[in-house]
Amino acid sequence: MAQVLTMPKLSDTMEEGGVAQWLKEDGEKIKAGESLVEIETDKATMEYPSPETGYILKKLVNPGTAVAIGAPLLILGSSKDESFDLDELLKKFAQSLSAPSHSSEASRDQKPAPAALDLTQSAPASSSREPQTLVYGGTAPEDSGRIKASPLAKKLAKEQGVTLSQLKGSGPGGRIIAKDISNASSGHSGAPSPRRAIVLGQNKEVPLSLMRKTIAKRLTSAKNDAPHFYLKRTIDMTAALVLKEEISKSLGQKISINDLIIYATSRALLQHPRVNASWADNKIIEWGDVHIAIAVALEAGLVTPVIRHTDQLGLAAIAQESRQLAMSAKNEKLKNEDYQGGTFTISNLGMLGIEEFTAIINPPQAAILAVGTIRKEAVFDAQGSLKACDRMTIVMSCDHRVVDGAVGAEFLKTLVSYLEKPYLMLA
Amino acid sequence: MAIMTIREALNQAMAEEMRRDTSIFLMGEEVAEYDGAYKVTKGLLKEFGPERVIDSPISEGGFAGLAVGAAMAGLRPIIEMMTWNFGIQAFDQIINHAAKMLYMSGGQFPIPAVFRGPNGAAHMLSSQHSQAYEAMLTNVPGLKVVSPGTPYDCKGLLKASIRDNNPVIFLESEMMYGFKGEVPDEEYLIPIGKGDIKRAGSDITLIAWNKRLQDALKTADILEKEGISVEVIDPRTLLPLDEELIFASVSKTHRVVIYEEAYGFASVGAQISDRIQKECFDQLDAPVTRVTQEFCHVPYNEHLESLILPDISRCVAAVKEVMYL
Repeated sequence: MAQVLTMPKLSDTMEEGGVAQWLKEDGEKIKAGESLVEIETDKATMEYPSPETGYILKKLVNPGTAVAIGAPLLILGSSKDESFDLDELLKKFAQSLSAPSHSSEASRDQKPAPAALDLTQSAPASSSREPQTLVYGGTAPEDSGRIKASPLAKKLAKEQGVTLSQLKGSGPGGRIIAKDISNASSGHSGAPSPRRAIVLGQNKEVPLSLMRKTIAKRLTSAKNDAPHFYLKRTIDMTAALVLKEEISKSLGQKISINDLIIYATSRALLQHPRVNASWADNKIIEWGDVHIAIAVALEAGLVTPVIRHTDQLGLAAIAQESRQLAMSAKNEKLKNEDYQGGTFTISNLGMLGIEEFTAIINPPQAAILAVGTIRKEAVFDAQGSLKACDRMTIVMSCDHRVVDGAVGAEFLKTLVSYLEKPYLMLA
Repeated sequence: MAIMTIREALNQAMAEEMRRDTSIFLMGEEVAEYDGAYKVTKGLLKEFGPERVIDSPISEGGFAGLAVGAAMAGLRPIIEMMTWNFGIQAFDQIINHAAKMLYMSGGQFPIPAVFRGPNGAAHMLSSQHSQAYEAMLTNVPGLKVVSPGTPYDCKGLLKASIRDNNPVIFLESEMMYGFKGEVPDEEYLIPIGKGDIKRAGSDITLIAWNKRLQDALKTADILEKEGISVEVIDPRTLLPLDEELIFASVSKTHRVVIYEEAYGFASVGAQISDRIQKECFDQLDAPVTRVTQEFCHVPYNEHLESLILPDISRCVAAVKEVMYL
């Protein structure tokens, strides 16, 4: 018998579908599962396999035309020359949509009230002779809106990445059962399905360490309380690199670029006390001492031990202390006082190849300096000719309650000049 | 290995245990001179004498109470109920005293008694003599309830029940006494609370016990010819229930039919079904389905009786329904 095939719902958000191209001719035989038509949805164009076996009697939608989900798409017949009355068929189809008991794609969202609970509805005369004998023979109310699938089928669908809404269930009342899932994931289904089963990974729940909790709490409040803004400079590190090498050689002790940055920053902070400061609710404190906190990455998180009075320490002492603190941090040997009293923080991800980044301020400090890697870049010199240059980008995050843009910029200007022309630090 | 009837297997179990332990005695209506209403106690009077094999008056409440007292005094009674339809006279003694004595006495008085006898419908005995009581008896903490279905299981479990220090309800069936099967010559025990896979299969789990077990195995034979592989699980003990065995089978087949003699409302099958839906929810590919007795009195009329009791054809139909066939 001739039947009406309708525009399928091929994605959750699809409301209408366009016929991109018919893949079968009028009068042609099509098997269930064979590609029938290319349908354009809001997401993609996909081949839609015929849900039934039959002969194509009449296509109702021209290529390039879009119709609503559930709208008639095609008349499918059981023989090639089957005669049918199109108007009659479509009329019946429309009636079947408005019939209350019918559950179609189009009426799915309307969720009619479960018939079993509708006390106002009188029972149809034909069923009045059914005896109501069972003492405990209650049935669950019908819910035509939801996708019916067995628990096992749902579990398998999740494991294999099969979308239930795209399947036609072969169980009673259209229930999707395990067999339908295995058919779908092996590509035998009458409905479109993913080409390949996806193996889903296992989620791992990591309990929070105390350090992780502290990081979360402090950084969240820092980002919420302190209005951050960011200032970026790129520095020519050629001279600094030479200096580092020379001093390392003459001291017989390895000095790192980071040590040099700590040294220069400390001296620049002396020139710009507003950056070496804290917001204290009803006042701003400009700290009398310069204590630099350095961010050290650990497996369990991040710590910021403090090197004290860095403005008064030589490079050798800074190098020694920073190495010692980093070592203690890694061996979990840091004492409580090692964390306290920092007035400014330097975080360096240069060794991991990061070119530039922005950091969250380490409260109650007013600023943090994020240091990137040193990389060779082609730069125009004053004469306009290209030369290779070792460059490093720093980004300072500032608490705007304490540090204004110009103040921060002035500080960075001093810092850049110290790193580009280290002899200025002697002035 | 000998082939024997369930009647003989039960008889052997009691005789062997009574030889082993002189504190065991047997009491019930017609268990001595008449060799038992169903000849289960045949020859025991002759071997053990009238002090240990005792004909009681027709008074279940009386001799069940006597058993509780004897157990408190250190004996190990076996009480035969001619059928459990009469055994309900003794429910006060069994439920209020046997099951609770250990608890009420602060652990002083265990009741190592076995109350055994046929349960469920026989044939054309009408409503008062055709009842299955496992749901009521398994609803009592302090009791163990055993309901085996083969000569091998009957012997091994009755011996284990006699040796158990708790009151054990041992459910038999008039229809099963003549059923034959292999029983080893050497002594063996079957632990209480351990079920058995009576037939391995892969498509569906069919759970049945006592005389319904044989129907379940026949159901499996019929369905095998239609290409359905049925796994038949026999819990053997209903309290405590071997849930692990059931869950493992359901996790393999993903479909279950529970076939039981009793009424379906609040039955042992209902309990098993509840446990499966809770513990194996994600394993189920079809609703757990039960085949039970219709919820009405068992009629005397043979044709009506056959309509009320569950049978193989209903079991086959239920399996097919669950297989979506």
